[in-house]
Amino acid sequence: MIPETTGPVVLFSLPLAAAIVVFIRPRWSVPVTLGSGGILLATALWVVVAVLRQGPWRQDIGGWTAPLGIGWTVDGLSAALLLLNASVGLAGAVFHAARPAARTPVRDPRFFWPLWLFLWGGLNALFLAADLFNIYVALEFVSIASVGLIGLAGGSAQAAAWRYLLATLLGSTIYLLGVALLYGRYAALDVALLAESVEPELVTVVAAALMTLGLLLKAAVFPLHFWLPAAHGRAPPAVSAVLSAVVIAAAYYLLVRLWFGPFAPLLGPGVATLLGLLGAAAVLWGGLQALLQRHLKMLIAYSTVSQLGYGLLVFPLAAAGAVQLAWTGAVMLVVAHGLAKAALFLAAGAIVLRHGIGRLEALGGDQQGAVVAWVAFAIASASLVGLPPTGGFVGKWWLAQAALATGGYFWLAVLMLGTAFTAGYLWRALQAAMRPGWETEGGFQALSPALGLSALGLALGSAALGLAAPIAARLLDAGSGVVG
Amino acid sequence: MTVYLSLSGVLFLIGLHGFFTARSLLRRLLALNVLTTAVFLLFVVLARLAEPLDPVPHAIVLTGIVVTVSTTAVALALVVRIAGRVRDEDDDAAAGPRGDAG
Repeated sequence: MIPETTGPVVLFSLPLAAAIVVFIRPRWSVPVTLGSGGILLATALWVVVAVLRQGPWRQDIGGWTAPLGIGWTVDGLSAALLLLNASVGLAGAVFHAARPAARTPVRDPRFFWPLWLFLWGGLNALFLAADLFNIYVALEFVSIASVGLIGLAGGSAQAAAWRYLLATLLGSTIYLLGVALLYGRYAALDVALLAESVEPELVTVVAAALMTLGLLLKAAVFPLHFWLPAAHGRAPPAVSAVLSAVVIAAAYYLLVRLWFGPFAPLLGPGVATLLGLLGAAAVLWGGLQALLQRHLKMLIAYSTVSQLGYGLLVFPLAAAGAVQLAWTGAVMLVVAHGLAKAALFLAAGAIVLRHGIGRLEALGGDQQGAVVAWVAFAIASASLVGLPPTGGFVGKWWLAQAALATGGYFWLAVLMLGTAFTAGYLWRALQAAMRPGWETEGGFQALSPALGLSALGLALGSAALGLAAPIAARLLDAGSGVVG
Repeated sequence: MTVYLSLSGVLFLIGLHGFFTARSLLRRLLALNVLTTAVFLLFVVLARLAEPLDPVPHAIVLTGIVVTVSTTAVALALVVRIAGRVRDEDDDAAAGPRGDAG
């Protein structure tokens, strides 16, 4: 019997090793990436099962303990995000491998696969890291790989990549300043150690404010979202999928980790309401902007700004007392959003390839070859809107219950209004498919069915998450730091 | 020590100011590096203030320098690409509308 501590080691080292292999041997890129992707997905599932069976654990690499050693923690939250990362990583890789390379030129195509695997490994390292400084290193790792991947689209994507690079580096630096202040005060970096010793006083408050600001910038929370739509809208489809689904969720993951861990004593009604209001503004502004977009991918990119706002509603609801419900609901919503959003971007990628154009009004007419993609788009939309029995429905339901239990009717109204916006902009996209349209020059282009199927797999996953809600709730309860 | 501590603060403000006011891509990148250096200086000051001397911040700064070198390299590569594209477009414009020569 292999001990479960092998799981994280595989999750961390396999993508990095594979990245080096495909960098040296570009010809092996696709088989190596898909092979290791399959192993990574299986390993992530195994880790999830292990957490469900025996609860969270902590492991020290090479037997070196904190403060000098590097530790990893695996609990329900990190296991859920590791699984999300593996699913999106594999589906995105399938999509990119199956795309017609001649019609979607990528600058320096041989760099795509190493960067893709580096991003995968960096995100896994981030979800495993147990101390603030390793989190910083993993964040930078993720930033570099993301910027490279966006830039690969060439043209105007490079300007978008530059803006993203500046925003994300500024975010990390501000975060690091907060880490320095915390270290100066408590001489500890380990998240669990800090959670025991942190007291509500000036230095801690400043550090918490700085780290939160840095992470809000990285999570593209309104009004710090300015860099997101261009970067996510112009990147290659597989890259947009992983950025919107996992990279944004990673910054959110850290916010939750910190505010329900070390900074929990600071989470008063004032701070919580401020974060909640930012979330509410993001829900409404992102939704409104998505309604006004004329390009399919930009519509989906603005939707990310909107959907992540829901995640921030966890803070006011938890501060009002409904910790467990709000927490499980918000994380569920973010994970379901990840799967659904990745499915939307991949489906949109296939649809745009089929029609040769991404403007909404040009997507009508003959849909031969794009049917599977539209089905995936519809299922993912259902999850994003929150129709039962999808994962999005369960997450929203738990959040709504938390709002009702604490009398937070304002937050409930935000939830409802956001849902109306979501339904509105996604319906606009789906409606475009049914309109009669003109045939594009060159007519129907045969595409690999794997394009639509990769999106369909993720969309079904997002829907199935709702059916697996009891298991998900048990997983997220496993050592979330808020178990009480 | 207060001198170094305030120097770190001043550097941070200079970096922040440069980051938000600079127009040129290179200057903004440099401002970001100044910003990071200010944070590193703070770490080193913290190491000196601790009783006994604390090695952990040094390890952090060393790692941080490696990280910054990598991010700066990526940023510079991107600047070169963007600058190259802008120059191409300028050349195209200077050559006049396509098809005129023929």
